[in-house]
Amino acid sequence: MSDTHAHSVAFVRTEPLPELPPPPGETGMVKWMQQNLFSSIPSSILTLVSLYVIYLLVAFVAPWMANGIWNTDSLAECRTALDGATGACFSVISERWNQLLFGFSYPTEFYWRPGLAFILLFVAAAPVMFFDLPRKMLIFTGLYPFIAFWLIWGGTIYTPLFALAGVVVGYLVYSRYVKDSFAMGFFGGVIAAFITWFIGGYIVDAIAPAEPFLEAVASRNMGGFMLNMILGVVCVSLSLPLGIVLALGRQSDMPIIKWICVVFIEFIRGVPLITLLFVANVVLAFFLPPGTTFDLILRVIIMITMFSAAYIAEVIRGGLAALPKGQYEAADSLGLDYAQAMRLIILPQALKISIPGIVNVAVGLFKDTVLVSVISMFDLLGMIRGPILSSTEWNGVYWELFMAASVLFFVVCYGISQYSQWLERRLATDHR
Amino acid sequence: MTSVTDPPQGSFRLSMLLNDTRYRSYTFQFIALVLLIAFMAYLGINLVRNLAAQGLNISFSFLGDPAGYDINQRPIEYDSQSTHLRAAVVGILNTLIVAFLACVTATIFGVTAGVLRLSSNWVVRKLMSFYVEIFRNIPVLIWIIIIFSIMTVAMPAPRAFRGDNATSSMLFESFAFTNRGVYSPAPVIDGAAGWIVVGVFIASIIGIFAYRKFATKKLYDTGQLLPTFWPSVAMFFVPTILVYFILGRPITLDYPSLQGFNFQGGLHLRGSLIALWFALAIYTGAFIAENVRAGIQAISKGQTEAAASLGLRPGRIMNLVVLPQALRVIIPPLISQYLNITKNSSLAIAVGYMDVTSTLGGITLNQTGRAIEAILLLMLFYLTISLLISGVMNVYNNSVKLQER
Repeated sequence: MSDTHAHSVAFVRTEPLPELPPPPGETGMVKWMQQNLFSSIPSSILTLVSLYVIYLLVAFVAPWMANGIWNTDSLAECRTALDGATGACFSVISERWNQLLFGFSYPTEFYWRPGLAFILLFVAAAPVMFFDLPRKMLIFTGLYPFIAFWLIWGGTIYTPLFALAGVVVGYLVYSRYVKDSFAMGFFGGVIAAFITWFIGGYIVDAIAPAEPFLEAVASRNMGGFMLNMILGVVCVSLSLPLGIVLALGRQSDMPIIKWICVVFIEFIRGVPLITLLFVANVVLAFFLPPGTTFDLILRVIIMITMFSAAYIAEVIRGGLAALPKGQYEAADSLGLDYAQAMRLIILPQALKISIPGIVNVAVGLFKDTVLVSVISMFDLLGMIRGPILSSTEWNGVYWELFMAASVLFFVVCYGISQYSQWLERRLATDHR
Repeated sequence: MTSVTDPPQGSFRLSMLLNDTRYRSYTFQFIALVLLIAFMAYLGINLVRNLAAQGLNISFSFLGDPAGYDINQRPIEYDSQSTHLRAAVVGILNTLIVAFLACVTATIFGVTAGVLRLSSNWVVRKLMSFYVEIFRNIPVLIWIIIIFSIMTVAMPAPRAFRGDNATSSMLFESFAFTNRGVYSPAPVIDGAAGWIVVGVFIASIIGIFAYRKFATKKLYDTGQLLPTFWPSVAMFFVPTILVYFILGRPITLDYPSLQGFNFQGGLHLRGSLIALWFALAIYTGAFIAENVRAGIQAISKGQTEAAASLGLRPGRIMNLVVLPQALRVIIPPLISQYLNITKNSSLAIAVGYMDVTSTLGGITLNQTGRAIEAILLLMLFYLTISLLISGVMNVYNNSVKLQER
């Protein structure tokens, strides 16, 4: 059949024609622009409006940034140097950079100490954040709080050493008794730690050298972005365990414990952080034994920790509620007691589900640390509104300073949220 | 299993309090209660001793004393001879005013940005992501202060509007942006005729909703589709405008004008109000945008495709299929954002807006020294608002809950 056909036709192609390139409107830049920018008339209008907005922004900001002056000593000099042209006086940032970071009364010669603590923070946080790193690094993470405290506050090394000793003793007692009963191990460990700290307090007072290796810096000298970092890191780390306890308490079958937790969480979540900071500032002293003087930083840390613990508790409660009931029943059917079931089965999964929420709370909390400037602590914003803007040299420089503050916060918060998204993808065990 | 040498013991032994799960929870709760009471008692005793040492007491009588300070934004009658209680009420009203304005504006910003973030247009999408990321990652207090600085530093002084060669001019001859705030025309309602116009306007808005409901019912009952868009527009404008002109224009605008060193007349929005309002609105708008986006994306694509295969047009798909389902996801976080706005409005104290934190928790506290009482009342106010709003949210959640099995 095909033979006859082949004979009757003059020419038959034996191989296909080479592929032609797609028409110019259907490929590359043109196609992309047609699909993504000008797919319809409203879309084209939106594109043009957006481009115009972007143009306005750039035209407004670019000359100001490009003409920026980085090396004058006061606003007047900077204005002279600009000579009427549009331009930013970034020199306020370069001149006051140390104040923005460390506050105005942290001793200049000790700036390396918080700087080192900041760098070590990454080393300490790395094994917690990235699971591929060797687990041995967690030892350093455990040591980090004591090292950082010693570096930033200085003073005798015996204080952090005995604090560490208390933790070690508590852990030893815990691991000795936890096999019998979790409650005994836990409370035994806590009591042992407190006894060690109590005794250690007297010993430190007795043996503290008059001239410690690192000179002590008082808490009231902390300031600048360092204060925001201290408050953020300390409060988030402290509020995580407290939040877990509160969440478990709220899920508990025991009505009294449940109601204590519910009232605490709802009360804290119902009031603005600023009222809690007022409490730390003016009211908390009334509830402490007469004559106790408490660092303002410590009082603020207590209140912010309570604040974020309540929010983290709600996030973790969501995680606990999201776990299938079968997981709880499976733990029961294996004969695990409450502490074992929680530690080995429920919490690892619930915490994994709650990671994005916890990170959100952490970012929100870090941003909220600027509120301490309202109770006249000199954090980054407090420094800008207080000492820098009211100094004779820099009275009237607003945008550059606010931009610096915004950039610092943006870098940290955006970084954390990007990490959280990465972690979510990494931990996703459901195959979707 | 009892034997002669092992006489039967009482069914309850003391060790069972710790070892028997039936009784253990009672032990724990008892311990927790005792610890709580001991802790409270400790705080209470400290409080009593501290108050005694400083010669103070707890008393709310200061609320009846004359406040002695002025409040620049007064929604109700108030002068410096009014009581502290009245100052607190003025503060509460100011809090509610700014919270309401910010909630409305934040919803507009948020819904717009959230929907546009899902647009197929690349530039718009990126611009909206930029907006969301920038505003979400910088503290709201910094935004409040930035906008406050713009309002007070970058705006011209009222005297710049003076004279023939004024350096600044009023927008549309009616809005003046000065460093003392924004002056805008204020509506003045003349007597009963004016109120009739307002009444007609409200009635026509109710009429629009009634008509739409009627149209939907008609559609479901008979299948007849009535037009809704143009009749709604007509009902919105026509009756009000007709009545307005028939009654001889009883509502006039009071334009601000420069008199002496400042603008007089019109509506005066202070820089602090505008800073707080817009900062809260754009900041929270970024969060609402994320909620809206997540809500729309939570609706599975199959729903859209199913609607499309039924022959619905894109607008109808959005209105009839996607939005009703997405709203169930969007509304709860939206309400908690409203709650956040209300709580964040306490940052007013940073820019001197006289909300309840600045009056009761600021000046009243400093003048009377009644820190405990003032902060207690302040917390109670915010707590009441929060509980009210979460109560509303629970009612809503129950009403839209998926009816499964």
